[in-house]
Amino acid sequence: MAKVRGSIVVNIDRCKGCEICMISCPTGTIAMAEEVNSKGYNFAYPANPDLCIGCANCAIVCPDGVITVYKTKI
Amino acid sequence: MAEVTGIKEIIKPENLVYKRTGIMTDTVLSYCPGCGHGTAHRILAELIEEEGLQSKAIGVSPVGCSVLLYNFLDIDWQEAAHGRAPAVATAIKRLLPDRFVFTYQGDGDLAAIGTAETIHACNRGENFLIIFINNGIYGMTGGQMAPTTIPGMKSSTSPFGRDVRMMGNPLKMTDIVATLPGTYYVTRQSVHTPANVKKTKRALRKAIQYQFHNKGTCFVEIVSNCPSGWKMTPVESIRWMEENMLPFYPLGDMKVPDEKTGK
Ligand SMILES: Cc1ncc(C[n+]2csc(CCOP(=O)(O)OP(=O)(O)O)c2C)c(N)n1
Ligand code: SF4
Ligand code: SF4
Ligand code: SF4
Repeated sequence: MAKVRGSIVVNIDRCKGCEICMISCPTGTIAMAEEVNSKGYNFAYPANPDLCIGCANCAIVCPDGVITVYKTKI
Repeated sequence: MAEVTGIKEIIKPENLVYKRTGIMTDTVLSYCPGCGHGTAHRILAELIEEEGLQSKAIGVSPVGCSVLLYNFLDIDWQEAAHGRAPAVATAIKRLLPDRFVFTYQGDGDLAAIGTAETIHACNRGENFLIIFINNGIYGMTGGQMAPTTIPGMKSSTSPFGRDVRMMGNPLKMTDIVATLPGTYYVTRQSVHTPANVKKTKRALRKAIQYQFHNKGTCFVEIVSNCPSGWKMTPVESIRWMEENMLPFYPLGDMKVPDEKTGK
């Protein structure tokens, strides 16, 4: 059976580190980085990229429109 | 642009499922981390793109944290004095009836200083959309109590919680305008989870399409958070909103047009 796989792109400098994407991700793909961006926020990143299913939940709840989502079947 | 990415092989144009709409400008939003204003702006921008309304839309922006909204969506705008957006939108829509006209207002703007304009525009049945962001507080000016502050809720001017015997009862503007004959579609939604974002987008899409039926005012409340004014982290503010705001401001439609008669 084909498996749905996703991948996200986080625009580091636009992220405000609010963590709303992280709590909205059903697969635990996202975590907050230890390092900070140019504004001083710990930005979101795909800590477990293999888990992403490309559902776009993270992108649609992000207040700052930081995340782009890709999805494919493999 | 500095980025972090997931699996590189999947990142190809043909696999794209979600990207920020071009109706949003590149200007960084002036909001605090996790503030629902940004999410509300984005779904509105997506709908303007999807409905092909970029050259037809005229927004009226408020006074409040979203005062700079005209910098964030690439459409025509008019800034209104505090609370007066429905009066300004009345003039715009009457002069340019073919345009898609909407106001975007906070609860201080819409339900305090602008109460009269809101109620009279809805009662006259002015044919535009009112988007009402209710975070229960005056965000911009430092988290003071608003008419919408719920019983017991702390604010900078009710530091021990709103005592309704002394400070009066909260005002449910959406319930009030639903009773007026001039309103056509009235609903209360939120944008704090992916499912709620999708529902709100569906509601706003209907409200946008209904404007072209010329049947009266559409009113969409979005219950939202104000992490800074509420003195919480964004995630705490979402939990607090679910546990406290939503029981007081239950989500759902309050007035829907009859699908058969369109009335
Ligand atoms: C005539 C006038 N009175 C008072 C103010 C001060 N003021 C600015 S924003 C605001 C309230 C904003 O609260 P709200 O509409 O809830 O928007 P938010 O900032 O929470 O998004 C007030 C009272 C003003 N700018 N103009
Ligand atoms: S697309 Fe879905 S699975 Fe992937 S990171 Fe976002 S929320 Fe998680
Ligand atoms: S929701 Fe957006 S702004 Fe908030 S942490 Fe995630 S990517 Fe950053
Ligand atoms: S003060 Fe409140 S409403 Fe204003 S931007 Fe900050 S979180 Fe949003």
